[in-house]
Amino acid sequence: MSAILPPTERLWWKHPLDRVEGTWIAIAFVWCMIMFFMMIYWHIYGKQNLSTETYKTTTELFASKTQAMVDKYTVRTETDLETPVVAPPPGSDVYMIARLWNFWPILELQNGQTYRLHLSSMDYNHGFSLQPANINIQIVPGYEHVVTVTPNQTGTYSVVCNEFCGIGHHTMVGRIYIKGETGNVP
Amino acid sequence: MSHKTTYRTCPRSGLQFESQAEKLVLANAVAGVIFLLIGGILAIGVVLTRWPTIHWLEASTFYQVLTAHGLDMLVFWIIFFEIAILYFCSSTLLRCRIATPKVAWAAFALMVIGSVMNNVAVYQGGSSVMMTSYVPMMAAPSFYLGLILFAVGALIGCFVFFGTLVVAKREKTYQGSVPLVTFGAITAAIIAVFTIASGAIILIPTWMLSMNWIEHVDPLIYRVIWWAFGHSSQQINVAAHISIWYFVAAVVFGAKPMSERVSRGAFLLYIVFLQLASAHHILSDPGMSTEWKVLNTSYFMYFAVLASMIHGLTIPGAMEVAQRAKGYNKGLFEWLRKAPWGNPSFSGVFISIIGFGFLGGISGVMMGTEQLNMIIHNTIYVPGHFHATVVVGTTLSFMALTYFLIPVLFKRDIINPGLAKWQPYLFGLSMYFFCLVMMGAGTLGVSRRHWDMAFSGAALAYEWPGAAYLMMGLVGIAGIAAIAGGAIYIYLTVGSLLWGKRIAQTKISSEPTPIPVGAPSAAVQTYGSLGFAAPGTFVLAMVFLAAFVLYYFINWKYLSTLWGLS
Ligand code: HEM
Ligand SMILES: [Cu+2]
Ligand SMILES: [Cu+2]
Repeated sequence: MSAILPPTERLWWKHPLDRVEGTWIAIAFVWCMIMFFMMIYWHIYGKQNLSTETYKTTTELFASKTQAMVDKYTVRTETDLETPVVAPPPGSDVYMIARLWNFWPILELQNGQTYRLHLSSMDYNHGFSLQPANINIQIVPGYEHVVTVTPNQTGTYSVVCNEFCGIGHHTMVGRIYIKGETGNVP
Repeated sequence: MSHKTTYRTCPRSGLQFESQAEKLVLANAVAGVIFLLIGGILAIGVVLTRWPTIHWLEASTFYQVLTAHGLDMLVFWIIFFEIAILYFCSSTLLRCRIATPKVAWAAFALMVIGSVMNNVAVYQGGSSVMMTSYVPMMAAPSFYLGLILFAVGALIGCFVFFGTLVVAKREKTYQGSVPLVTFGAITAAIIAVFTIASGAIILIPTWMLSMNWIEHVDPLIYRVIWWAFGHSSQQINVAAHISIWYFVAAVVFGAKPMSERVSRGAFLLYIVFLQLASAHHILSDPGMSTEWKVLNTSYFMYFAVLASMIHGLTIPGAMEVAQRAKGYNKGLFEWLRKAPWGNPSFSGVFISIIGFGFLGGISGVMMGTEQLNMIIHNTIYVPGHFHATVVVGTTLSFMALTYFLIPVLFKRDIINPGLAKWQPYLFGLSMYFFCLVMMGAGTLGVSRRHWDMAFSGAALAYEWPGAAYLMMGLVGIAGIAAIAGGAIYIYLTVGSLLWGKRIAQTKISSEPTPIPVGAPSAAVQTYGSLGFAAPGTFVLAMVFLAAFVLYYFINWKYLSTLWGLS
């Protein structure tokens, strides 16, 4: 019963190790290194890396930048709330506000084009969960997160809030339309 | 010795209990079980609401119940039980009196007051902020104060544990190094001290904010420090339940560690890299640098993962070696086939080891990978993962230990041994399935902490695929089965404590009997094959590795099909 008794060989750090253990430690160590360098490899060669570009912001500042974009590029409105649908030109800065309990405005982007998507919250933490692609990004109040996105498929995407934000959390869904040539753009 | 106390030697196990320590272990363990009971009742509400066809509770009740479920289970059940384990691993295993029993009782009282205060705050409403209580969403001041008092009590408990180690050393109740299981408990306690300090750093200002004494707590800094607490406390659980695995291997099989050096070295890795890995909760957050995320989430370079992979081999390995020594030496797996599958301490631990490794471990490393985190962050995959670690891993191990403790500590026979035999299978295997289907639903994107996957009342609802609904229905069914398994555990534990047949105790003395010095023995065994002492375990480990590698790269493949992000 020696795991619950003091080791009989007093210098436990000099215990020999069995071949099973030695072999497994070597294999496990190699696997750990592969996993570690995989993350670095993807930063160099992979196409999906989350940007860390972040600015401190305020609700007023972020709201006014979003409003400016909406004023300039709104193409129509949707739903009873008359949510603007905004279609900014490719390459531009696009904004999305998360607040109790909606994402505002609706964006209309071109497939295969790159945009700088700015995310921030007006109140609590929220979650940007892009469905059905399943890309999930945390939205933290007071911080403006700039994510460079390149949609690769046309269609209607939903943005589900997946950070608990109070009683209306389950009604907090936004939308992004991806227009352009159908199908995958490499 | 001037301390008036008595020592009882258990007739079944030969373990020696000092009377104060015994009462403290019992009180803390029972308090834990009561919170498991409350958390389990709350789980009924959680799971029946997330089961789409039933969708039982109102939104506000659901969030309230979910907040209480998370806290009662993850914080109160587990930490009360862990304090019991710390006292057991110091006083009982080292055969010494517990240091400062009065202080230990004061710690217990603080923990009880804190946990009750926090629960009351949640049930009063207005504190449905989830256990993570991210600012600026605020709970009532007593919510935070309850947590702080509880944490202070637990911290004092850790110091009583350290004090007891000093007593044992000074009074020479053992010679040489502490047993491996106690070494594991020391690991847990050291991590606990760091963890509780981080908790204090962030919860005290948040409490002050709730009292309007200060103006602002930064939401991002809150998340970073809260997770330094929230994550490291999972490392306490891992150290604690791995110690129990070694313990059960020792008492069921008489197994000795294959190599003390390897097992202790692996515990040391936990201590060295413990303060890392909080990042894997904020990989999809703004603000933190990539370098920090990569280094931190991987525990520098996956060294704590390495440690867990080592324990995952050495514990079944030690069992195999012990079984082979008894003559179960045929082929690769006779040792496993002839294991005592009807002994709930063993079956519980074995189901725990396999589930923790295959379900909890593999999914945890996947989601803790910087880029891959984006495909599961805040989906129900996350609770799928941590029910595999903290329920199948920690909770089931604690249950397995309880079956050992009922005769030894409670001095009672188990009231219904037939039922006890089945309980680990029902609870463990339904939890396996529960975790799998939650991860399945999360892979399809379903959100965690979400009242209605049909988005009723939303202006722009999203329609989840049918498979997601199917998975969430299965979550409901598996969850109810697991709750039934949990209820049987509570029934057996409380029932045995109250009505079990008393076991006569004869050997009571006023002095501790020191642990006899064992004769040195050859460390490496001569059984097994291919020069491997535990070839069967090695094969199992290779199966594990294959599953791990495959699953890991499947997820990279999926990630590569997504929108470009940079
Ligand atoms: C006995 C059966 C159990 C069932 C059926 C169950 C069910 C669930 C479900 C469905 C959720 C996710 C709800 C959501 O995010 O919408 C959840 C959350 C959680 N569970 Fe359990 N659970 C059980 C036992 C446990 C145990 C034993 C523990 C801890 C030791 C635990 C700890 C947690 C925690 C920490 C959360 C997260 C709460 C949050 O998101 O704030 N559960 N549980
Ligand atoms: Cu939200
Ligand atoms: Cu929300």
